[in-house]
Amino acid sequence: MIVPLDEGVRELVHDGDTVALEGFTHLIPVAAGHEIIRQGRRDLTLVRMTPDVVYDQVIGAGCAARLVFSWGGNPGVGSLHRFRDAIQNGWPRPLEIEEHSHAGMANRYVAGASGVPFAVLRGYAGTDLVDQTPTIKTVECPFTGERLAAVPALNPDVTVIHAQRADRAGNVQLWGITGIQKEAVLAARRSLVTVEEVVDRLEPVPGQVLLPSRVVTAVSVVPGGARPSYAHGYYARDNAAYQAWDAVSRDRDAFARWLADEIGAPAPLPGKAG
Amino acid sequence: MTTGYTSDEIMTVAAARCLTSQTACFVGIGLPSTAANLAVRTHAPGLWMIYESGTLGTRPDTLPLSIGDGVLAETADTVVSVPEVFNYWLQPGRIDVGFLGAAQIDRYANINTTVIGDYTDPKVRLPGAGGAPEIAASCREVVVIVRQSRRAFVERVDFVTSVGHGAGPGDRERLGLRGAGPTRVITDLGVLEPDPATRELTLVQVHPGVSAEDARAATGWDLAVAPDLATTPEPTPEELKVLRSLTGADGV
Repeated sequence: MIVPLDEGVRELVHDGDTVALEGFTHLIPVAAGHEIIRQGRRDLTLVRMTPDVVYDQVIGAGCAARLVFSWGGNPGVGSLHRFRDAIQNGWPRPLEIEEHSHAGMANRYVAGASGVPFAVLRGYAGTDLVDQTPTIKTVECPFTGERLAAVPALNPDVTVIHAQRADRAGNVQLWGITGIQKEAVLAARRSLVTVEEVVDRLEPVPGQVLLPSRVVTAVSVVPGGARPSYAHGYYARDNAAYQAWDAVSRDRDAFARWLADEIGAPAPLPGKAG
Repeated sequence: MTTGYTSDEIMTVAAARCLTSQTACFVGIGLPSTAANLAVRTHAPGLWMIYESGTLGTRPDTLPLSIGDGVLAETADTVVSVPEVFNYWLQPGRIDVGFLGAAQIDRYANINTTVIGDYTDPKVRLPGAGGAPEIAASCREVVVIVRQSRRAFVERVDFVTSVGHGAGPGDRERLGLRGAGPTRVITDLGVLEPDPATRELTLVQVHPGVSAEDARAATGWDLAVAPDLATTPEPTPEELKVLRSLTGADGV
């Protein structure tokens, strides 16, 4: 249940899997993303509402074949240049995209967690996303006849999140901005949770989400595992690191140096990464 | 140009003045967030700010860099999940004003934040939709804040990420969009509003020192100008002081 991070990633994240590393600005599982790069996973379908710096890194390292998402940027800073390079230039490999809105993605996870095949929402009407994304359809309400958007359930092979705490039985507790993590874990076939610490007893915290151990496949203790994002009650968001990422992200060579220095991973091989 | 403040500053001040203490506002990051935080510190202390991270009624004491900075959660009335903010708060029409930015905006206030160029072979890949399509659809009204230039103000957006007034009158109703859509576009040159009959964006106000010709020159279509063109009241010393303390331009 409680395993080292390298073992957790090796056991639970496989080549070709659909993987969701979720976190809405807060509690982003950055260390787990770096371990996925270090282990050289390939052909992943990455899912995330807000792919940010860690997805820029995983995409830049050539681990991903597809991205399912609703907003891909460096929050408060600008664009993700590894993500851009993959989409605009196919470097280091082409990245297929499936693009939604936040409301659509949130409802896709809710449907996945709820065990139903699709979700309905008021959304997308009149936007060009409808023409580009085959997983956006329209349904007629059987009661009122109203036309609404329909989006299919998301059921990742594995969801990876970061949380503040777990107990020794593997119950997981997170609080602050809890985003979409509960739905993403409940929608997934397997889950890996990195935590700041393991404690004997999970003292209740206002606004907490508690994930019972039966929906958590493995926990890894990784203090600081969400940096440069933050863990409410533990450490603050390192806004300077997000700003500094921009320069690294813009340049393939600077990114290759980052991979070597920070991850100990080889530079991506264009076209051969798959 | 009148001296004493920048064009970004008067844009932010003009946007802040759209909000009141009675407003519930869905706030986007960047210029919209700066304007909303200025409003709450000046004339609209009761403004109810929502960020899409699920922070409802937040009152950050510093300007957040992202929509999910810790300060937003710490100062919120409550923090809800992402499905809840979109399904329970935005979708039923509980939010008065959506405050959005844009990379491109067109004659009918349709907004592009997805790609410049062709979708499948983009010249520039932008971050994408985020919460904007449903904010633009479901808030009672939408205020767009964007710097005015021919690059941003285009005849037709390359990609409709968020619907403004579609192709003209009746389109929002036909699409089943329940909010009024963009009612104001605030720029660094002035204020545009949709013409009540044609829904076409029309220059209704210019900032001090800006002419209608300046605004027309920075617009990629033949911009209509209201006959009774107004001038934005100068920023007050208080507005500028508070704004500069937020952005760090006061050097403190």
